[in-house]
Amino acid sequence: MSGGRWFTVVLVAALGVALAFLTLPLVAIFVDVGPGELLSSLDDPGALDALRLSLQTTAMALALIVTVGTPAAWLLATRSFRGRSLAITLVELPLVVPPAVAGIGLLAAVGPSGFLGDALAAAGLELVFQTAGVVVALTFVASPFYIRQAQAAFGALDPSLIEASRTLGAGEARTFARIAVPNALPGLLAGAALAWGRALGEFGATLVFAGSLSGVTQTAPLAIYERFSSDFGAALALSAVLVATSAAILLGVKLATGARVLGSARA
Amino acid sequence: MLALDIQTTVGALDLDVQVRVGTGECLAVAGPSGAGKTTLLRIAAGLRDSDRGTVECGGEVWLDTSRGVSLAPERRRVGFLFQDYALFGNLSVWRNVAFGMEGVVRGQRRERAVALLDRFGMAARADARPGALSGGERQRVALARALARRPRALLLDEPLSALDSRTRAGATRELAALMGEAEVPALLVTHDFGEAALLADRVAVIDDGRVVQAGTPAELVGSPASAFVADFTGAVVLHGMARRGEGGLTGVDLDGGGRAVSTDTAEGRVAVSVHPWEIEIEPAGAAGSGSARNRLAATVSAVTPLGNRTRVALLAPQPLTAELSQAAADRLGLAAGVPVVAVWKATATRLVAL
Repeated sequence: MSGGRWFTVVLVAALGVALAFLTLPLVAIFVDVGPGELLSSLDDPGALDALRLSLQTTAMALALIVTVGTPAAWLLATRSFRGRSLAITLVELPLVVPPAVAGIGLLAAVGPSGFLGDALAAAGLELVFQTAGVVVALTFVASPFYIRQAQAAFGALDPSLIEASRTLGAGEARTFARIAVPNALPGLLAGAALAWGRALGEFGATLVFAGSLSGVTQTAPLAIYERFSSDFGAALALSAVLVATSAAILLGVKLATGARVLGSARA
Repeated sequence: MLALDIQTTVGALDLDVQVRVGTGECLAVAGPSGAGKTTLLRIAAGLRDSDRGTVECGGEVWLDTSRGVSLAPERRRVGFLFQDYALFGNLSVWRNVAFGMEGVVRGQRRERAVALLDRFGMAARADARPGALSGGERQRVALARALARRPRALLLDEPLSALDSRTRAGATRELAALMGEAEVPALLVTHDFGEAALLADRVAVIDDGRVVQAGTPAELVGSPASAFVADFTGAVVLHGMARRGEGGLTGVDLDGGGRAVSTDTAEGRVAVSVHPWEIEIEPAGAAGSGSARNRLAATVSAVTPLGNRTRVALLAPQPLTAELSQAAADRLGLAAGVPVVAVWKATATRLVAL
């Protein structure tokens, strides 16, 4: 056997095992749920509410993350300043914090008896057991995914593009809007897709911080968990709907921006 | 007038350079990689800080570290040509050109951009994306874009280095023509002396952060101040009038006398360039027996050893240099004042219209 051949076999085998392992549970959901069960699950108003709530809260969280995260990532990518490494570490911290701990932390910070609780109550803002609380929890756990990816995308831009824009009379703000963001768009969209996926699957922080009130804070993962203990079939059916919905959105994003978007994601 | 007086450290390099470029003049700062050339341009454009120094252009102070003045790049009105051209891939060609237009109402931007592109023969590609252009086309778009802002100074970073050798001759001609009409000071940096000699009125040779010699290309070739300059000023550049000659060759009547023949085609004022290692030296009076078509009587003015090679500076109506092995120079008994004949082939002779 030639020197390189066996290694190719190893590579192909590794990819095969990984793909089988990663797709098996998802395929199993659809195998176990009959079409009838899938349709009848759509008659369950609680399940539909949960799905709608998931889409609404993830969209709002994503809007917040992109609005604040894009300029923040630009700063981290383009300036060297004291405390930059610390800032990057702080941004990444939620990645390693268990979601339940994140929920406890949010309660301690902005819950009714948290240290910002009184100030928020005075401003008429209630988060716990409110849809707004879900958005806060999703934003907390998902934003590092976007900011990290956006920082990498800005960092990978050809610096001469930015400099060319400046020598052509554009200030930093115009350069950011007209040159940096459009040229980093594939990376930014990949980051947004990652953050959205993380938000859609969010469970622990939401449960601890916002609770699981049907129609108010019960997102799809929470609804699935609730059905799981009583009615496995319903849990399966809702899971199938969630998988199909997120796959459709992911596919939509890929098609809309050209297949290169997620493929070119730079870690 | 663009005047730079810069002192700054770049890593291990200690840059200390003063240059002045007159309106309509092109000065090339030429030197090996790592000599601090690009840093100089970036400081002039405001893309980099300088420890100390001043940058003045047309009576405006762009940088004066002693007074704490440093204009942002967008306020300096420079036309900067980047080495890789740095075209915006997300914008069409005409929008690239229109990007720097100030005070042009929205409805007229396209028209103005296309008119400018037309000067470079690129109007037909106005709606293309930069990614679809060839190297030479990119350079022309980048030049149009740099000029769209009506700059007070042109800064060019290795303008020809991103082009393949076939595109380069044409691009050199275009760039030389542009520099001729530009009514602003132009500062060009390059690692290629031949390129500097073709494009610039004056050349400042920079080494290790200092200008080691400045002058016209002929002065640098004819009387290099050091072995470094002699080695660096590689190509010989002669000027003259070209006209169609016999056998499809172009004959050039050299300024001050003498004649050169080239396989390149050109007419009118031209620069003739030959690499020194293409020039052979024969004793005066020897009968030309080889195939070389160019024979120019000259007198040796200097012999400079460069390792195992020898650089021989020759006095003719226009100075030129030849490069020989040490052994050949010894055999010919070359020394200052010895009359010789410089010989080279028509195929080794490049012509650039001026």
